[in-house]
Amino acid sequence: MARRKSVMSTVSPLLPPAHWRDFLALTKPRVMTLVVFTGLCGMLAAPVAINPVLGFTAILCIALGAGAAGALNQWYEADIDAVMRRTAARPLPAGRMERQAALHFGVGLGAFSVILMGLALNLIAAAILAVSILFYVLIYTVWLKPRTPQNIVIGGAAGAFPPLIGWAAATGQVTLLPVLLFTLVFLWTPPHFWALALFVKTDYANAGIPMLPVVAGERTTRQQIGLYTIPMAVAAVLPWPLGLSGAIYGIVSLGMTAWFGLLALRVATRATQPDDAMKPEKALFKFSILYLFVVFGALVIDRWVA
Amino acid sequence: MKHDEQDLIRARQKGRAIVMALLLGAFVVLVFAITIVKIKAGESPM
Repeated sequence: MARRKSVMSTVSPLLPPAHWRDFLALTKPRVMTLVVFTGLCGMLAAPVAINPVLGFTAILCIALGAGAAGALNQWYEADIDAVMRRTAARPLPAGRMERQAALHFGVGLGAFSVILMGLALNLIAAAILAVSILFYVLIYTVWLKPRTPQNIVIGGAAGAFPPLIGWAAATGQVTLLPVLLFTLVFLWTPPHFWALALFVKTDYANAGIPMLPVVAGERTTRQQIGLYTIPMAVAAVLPWPLGLSGAIYGIVSLGMTAWFGLLALRVATRATQPDDAMKPEKALFKFSILYLFVVFGALVIDRWVA
Repeated sequence: MKHDEQDLIRARQKGRAIVMALLLGAFVVLVFAITIVKIKAGESPM
């Protein structure tokens, strides 16, 4: 709290109005790409063809909701962002924006996205969108992240909602396949983030964030990456034997998951050397992003071919 | 307030006003399109 006050005091009340690009930066556009893609795939994999205008609106709402969550996350974590090299140039820690402006922007954008989803699509999609925003801001950012090294395990659920929202927007209901897609993203998040945390450990330690490598050490983190990869692999492949997808998805998900498993195994079984470039960890982090794009893309192609 | 600061504030305000106008225009078009889709589908517009 003391650090929060110190950052707030560095923001002058005489700041000029923030540039519109800084508001865009608050929404974390790069993170949004993956959220929008998984949401779009959830919608396109649904057995109901949605009108393009309504489909566009649903994806817009998912993007705006993710942007709102990102803005509120940056509003709350401005003090932490200020001491991390990766995030120090963001609008709030860099002193380019009033903190209150970020709060108003985040709340307004979040409310707008949920209301539009409810009015244009359906209440189930709107309710899941609202839950995902609140989950990311309140459960992950405010409650778990500063308190427990398990923060991204439970908090990962926030990023897993988009395919569920996309499916619900198209069909008005939630069935087993979107739940499996939710589970896949949920279980993918720990290996993905812990691979990142291994090579930016110093940043997290400086900011006082109890990420697993900081609190439990590298060895435990590497073991956990390996362990979480196992149920993730099951969730990724399961739609095929359950008859919820065809062979295209089955083969692609098997191949990609095997590759993911090999990279995770390499990370899980090594130890950091002096002057280590952390190449296996960086490779796993980068591949994990590609993995989600390819597996979700394969599901859509599979459903369309079928 | 210095002249440069006033220019900066005006430029920022103008930029934000233009972006806001474009977003509002896009929103109006979107609501119109949603309404047409819903009417064609025989549903209540919103």
